[in-house]
Amino acid sequence: MKGSITIVGFFVLGILVSYYHLIPFNFASFNLSFYTLCGLMFCVGISVGCDPKTLLSFRHLDPRIAFLPLMTILGTLTGCIAVSLFLKERSVSDCCAVGSGFGYYSLSSILITEYKGAELGTIALLSNILREITALLFTPLLAKHFGKLSPISIGGATTMDTTLPIITQYSGREFVVVSIFHGCVMDFSVPFLVTFFCSI
Amino acid sequence: MYIIIIITLMLSGLIAGYLARRKNLASIHKVITLLIWTLLFLLGIEVGNNKTIINGFHTIGLEALLITIGAVTGSTLASWALWIIVFKKNSQKGAER
Repeated sequence: MKGSITIVGFFVLGILVSYYHLIPFNFASFNLSFYTLCGLMFCVGISVGCDPKTLLSFRHLDPRIAFLPLMTILGTLTGCIAVSLFLKERSVSDCCAVGSGFGYYSLSSILITEYKGAELGTIALLSNILREITALLFTPLLAKHFGKLSPISIGGATTMDTTLPIITQYSGREFVVVSIFHGCVMDFSVPFLVTFFCSI
Repeated sequence: MYIIIIITLMLSGLIAGYLARRKNLASIHKVITLLIWTLLFLLGIEVGNNKTIINGFHTIGLEALLITIGAVTGSTLASWALWIIVFKKNSQKGAER
């Protein structure tokens, strides 16, 4: 939660700085965000690669649980398609691109900004932050009424880091490996799905 | 084009991380956090420069909220279905035994 607030803080700070013209030159013209994104993706790769123990623990999973990321993707996209029918300004693929962030707001908002501009990028940022907050707030309720897998599905790509503690608490310790596995698969599918929906 | 560069970087990071797995790489998470902060700050700068977004922020917020509601509802129902298929059946089998 504290992490999300800091993120929003930096976003708001950026808005204020440029809105009141506190910096004399235009950062956007240097393509700086793209190079930073490249650095980020390399570091994300390192952080997964240097921890092979996590990857090895996946061997003990119930093979049917491997379908959970697929259910998350299908459920999310179906929901986004349904919502896009009510949003006249946004196309189905725009809504699906935003939904394909699965709570990974930093990566999805930057990717969508690169492809579709800052407006849809901002929607992606807000929507995916809201998804993480929903996961944090509603996990106790969801775990009780919709099965122990639902908090993991809602958490999307965040279930291997920010939402892992609360999932452990309400779904139980036996779901830790499922949660990490799910987060890992979702993390890697975000760039593919977002790019796919931005290019159709 | 972007995606090829990004995926290549992610995979080369994966390999680099695996090769250096015996080294202490705890600081990588700090670097990641710092880069995320930088990116969001830069996105903020872009948004602040864009009058259309600033003036339509309430509509954008509402759209974001609606997409989230759709995404969350959809994934709840889909995971609930999987839960019923995998675990409810398992627990019934357990009871029969």
